[in-house]
Amino acid sequence: MLSKKQAKVFFLGGTLLFSLIFLGLSYESITASIPKKTNADQISDAVIRGKHIWDSNNCMGCHTLLGEGAYYAPELTKVYERKGETYIKTVLMSEKPWAPRGRQMVAYGLSEEDANDVVEFFKWVNEMDLNGFPPKPSEALQP
Amino acid sequence: MLLIILQITYGFIMAFAHYGMDGLHAWVPFNAARATHNNLLVVWLLSGFMGAAYYIIPEEAQRELVSVKLAYIQLITLAIVGVVAIIGFHFNWWEGRKFLEIPRPLDYLVVVNVLTFLGIILATLYKGKQQTTTAMVLTMGLVFAALLYLPGMIWFDNQAMDAFFRWWVVHLWVEGVWELIMGGILAFLLIKLTGVDREVIEKWLYVIVGLTFLSGILGTGHHYYYIGTPEYWLLIGGIFSAMEPLAFLGMALFAIHMYRKGGKSHPNKIALSWTLGTAIVAFAGAGLLGLAHTLPQVNMYTHGTLVTAMHGHLAFWGAYGMLIFAIISYTMPLMTGRKLFELPSNIYAFWLSLIGMLGMTTAFAAAGVAQVYLERKVGLDFMVAQKEIEIHFLILILCASLFTTGILIFVYNFIKYGRPNEEAMQPEEEFEAVQPAA
Repeated sequence: MLSKKQAKVFFLGGTLLFSLIFLGLSYESITASIPKKTNADQISDAVIRGKHIWDSNNCMGCHTLLGEGAYYAPELTKVYERKGETYIKTVLMSEKPWAPRGRQMVAYGLSEEDANDVVEFFKWVNEMDLNGFPPKPSEALQP
Repeated sequence: MLLIILQITYGFIMAFAHYGMDGLHAWVPFNAARATHNNLLVVWLLSGFMGAAYYIIPEEAQRELVSVKLAYIQLITLAIVGVVAIIGFHFNWWEGRKFLEIPRPLDYLVVVNVLTFLGIILATLYKGKQQTTTAMVLTMGLVFAALLYLPGMIWFDNQAMDAFFRWWVVHLWVEGVWELIMGGILAFLLIKLTGVDREVIEKWLYVIVGLTFLSGILGTGHHYYYIGTPEYWLLIGGIFSAMEPLAFLGMALFAIHMYRKGGKSHPNKIALSWTLGTAIVAFAGAGLLGLAHTLPQVNMYTHGTLVTAMHGHLAFWGAYGMLIFAIISYTMPLMTGRKLFELPSNIYAFWLSLIGMLGMTTAFAAAGVAQVYLERKVGLDFMVAQKEIEIHFLILILCASLFTTGILIFVYNFIKYGRPNEEAMQPEEEFEAVQPAA
């Protein structure tokens, strides 16, 4: 039967080994793969400003982006492709709560400049390689 | 205690909003309620962990905390920072990254606060008469939890990098070092409540936390499936996160086995219920329901839907919420000197909250599965799908009411019987006051 000392070695050894593997893979991810898959060279100043607006208004408190966030409002990873620039800008610049089908969004009333930055941010997100997410709806079930 | 009630209140605001009643929108928009709900959870759980550590460490080290006064100041200021943060949310003041919403200046205050806490704990442990495994595992968990807060404070221009490091905090907390804390507290409770030999319990503690890290560290990969990360995470995250339930299964078997094995029949039955409950519900909520959507093929569809909310609620309640209630139930009679071990209302509190939470989880599950089908499979518009699943939020509200009733009973008893009973009090217990929340 396992002794306490062996159990301790199992814990410390396992932790060390798997931490090292994890750190190694993380290093590869952040230095090589992520920049490539996310087109990091295309992150312009406008995209960064857009991300700042996205964060500082806690958009993830209702929406998801890359599938992360809250589940109260639509997933926005592909919003640029789905709705287009004009629609997005109208929503962001609206002075009244935007409420398609009844559920209200906070009325941010952004300036045209800020709205453009957010659009640039969505445009950049839209182009990321996400290993197939979001999934395409099944053909067989289409009405 | 105040914090958990507030957390539940905001939960209700959100549930009603999901049901289509968002009358409070102008004052409390959903994103503010959501951030409040989550951050309060973190603050009250951390307060609970810290309170538990302030009780367990002195007892294990056989030495009083180096500064009890500083410990009080630390706990109270943590609660204040928490409250300032949520007030800020309502005025649109945030950093806005999921789970790490609190604004930057407050981050620094939290760091100072946690360093104070660790200082007190480590100094106490260092000067103590003995350093037990239980105390070491608990402390290790707390130290790493503090360290892992830091990657969350680095700013990245790239959303994917931002998400990558956010999970270092969130995942490695919840599915890594917090389980160490949980294991430590659970071991302490089992040693006290079952009377099984410390050596045996601590041996299994090593095995369990070993399993936690074995699966949990690389299990972080299950957050790296679809966020602009390389494909090898699909394989690694899939395999290792599928092993994560093992650690929780270990905990559940461990608790039940030790309970059966223990010759001692501890009078504090309520504490025993919460202790066994936390081990079992953690396995169901964190282990099994996590497994239900952790494989990449499944997660492709469930990622970013209410299925996550289903898992989150039972997991947090089972693994961490119930754990804190267990340690409160254990320490209360000792600290107040009241031998209220089998107060019927506390037994109701246990069952009502448990059944309520199971019902809520089921409601989220039904809503989540329907949402996945309608939105991801059929391809309906988001809001069209949301209208279809609205009814599940009514069920959610009903079950949440049950849950809340249980919690309110617990809190009522906590306040009513929480003051020390002077006559029954033993002097050395006086200052080991565990203040679970503000």
